Amino acid sequence: MAEMDTSSGGGHKKGPGVKKPKKLSTRVDLTPMVDLGFLLITFFVFTTTMSKPTAMNMNEPKDDKVENQLKVKESAVMTILLGKGNQVYYYEGILTADNASEIFKSTNFKDIRKIILDKRNSVPDGDKSKSDLMYIIKADTESKFGNAIDILDEMQINGVPPGHYAEVDINDVEKLLIRKTEEANGIK
Amino acid sequence: MGRAKIPRKSTNIDMTAMCDVAFLLLSFFILATKQKPPEAVTVTAPASVSTKAAPEKSILITLTKEGKVFLMIGEDTKKKEILNDINTTRALGLTPAEINKLNRMSFIGMPLGKLKAQLNLSSAIPPDKLEGIPIRDSANNELVYWLRSVTNAYAGTSQSELEKILLVKGDGEALYPDFKDIKMALKKNEIFKFKIVTNSESAPVGSELYKANKAGKPGAE
Repeated sequence: MAEMDTSSGGGHKKGPGVKKPKKLSTRVDLTPMVDLGFLLITFFVFTTTMSKPTAMNMNEPKDDKVENQLKVKESAVMTILLGKGNQVYYYEGILTADNASEIFKSTNFKDIRKIILDKRNSVPDGDKSKSDLMYIIKADTESKFGNAIDILDEMQINGVPPGHYAEVDINDVEKLLIRKTEEANGIK
Repeated sequence: MGRAKIPRKSTNIDMTAMCDVAFLLLSFFILATKQKPPEAVTVTAPASVSTKAAPEKSILITLTKEGKVFLMIGEDTKKKEILNDINTTRALGLTPAEINKLNRMSFIGMPLGKLKAQLNLSSAIPPDKLEGIPIRDSANNELVYWLRSVTNAYAGTSQSELEKILLVKGDGEALYPDFKDIKMALKKNEIFKFKIVTNSESAPVGSELYKANKAGKPGAE
């Protein structure tokens, strides 16, 4: 055990009048030090965030010619648009000037999960057209990078198989519609 | 009756051993904790349910909240090659000494034209003052040139090898068009697969992925 030699070194002869110094024990109570040690350990263990960054795979399509692009069924397609202020807009089918007010709907990231699922469940299991389902994601110029990742994540959460969702550039009609809706809803 | 006397023992325990253990553990934890690699700027990556760990050695494109782009080449063996390549292809006119200096920097975050001036400054520019690699202008998207040099350096290895280590880390608050410009720069170099750095989050209870994970099936990637 770690103990110090406490005996006074050498045999110093002292005179009869010299007071003998009281021998103090060099044993230190280590309990507080142990406390401190474990306190520090717990502190370090708790504060170390186990933030191992994960990686999400991104597969980008080659910029093909128009005739090489994948055709999808109108009824099986759902377009999800990302606007500013974490707003999500969506419509099913093809957007025209006439039906825009009817099918163009706004929602948010909380509710989009249900909407994605509803779209998928609208086709009964085992139906052949289930494999035609396609989600098209279009991000507005004012949307955030985080929004784009969130919606891709949402696809994973809802078990949409890869190849059934794609990112496409937004067009002017949709941009205009988003602007109008944003104005109407007072989203800055 | 005489009872056998139990000798009273001191309740003082020698704490030295416990103290040793405590500090041994403490030092172990401190030393075993890996330090975060130096980051150009603080970027809060968005969360995703992806469970794959990001590779440690990587070529990292960072996009900040303000839309600045930084490039970090974590592969030391290739870094010099990449720098030499961009020096010749873009005719930057950097001397070997300047390239060495650039090689020691942890990240690149200046327009090509200002790189030489930055290297000859006596004091380093603080990271938040760096301009970033210009990407906005599609005619002069300098990230394209950087990535071209990267692909040149990896020309010998297979494409998938490069795709494995190519990371894009963006701040959740960064604007989408900036990210699109990065994608464009990657696409122009025939890179169609890359990874996005995210913070892990668990799949929401009750969702499809949650069920799939519970059933032991690997989640859709």
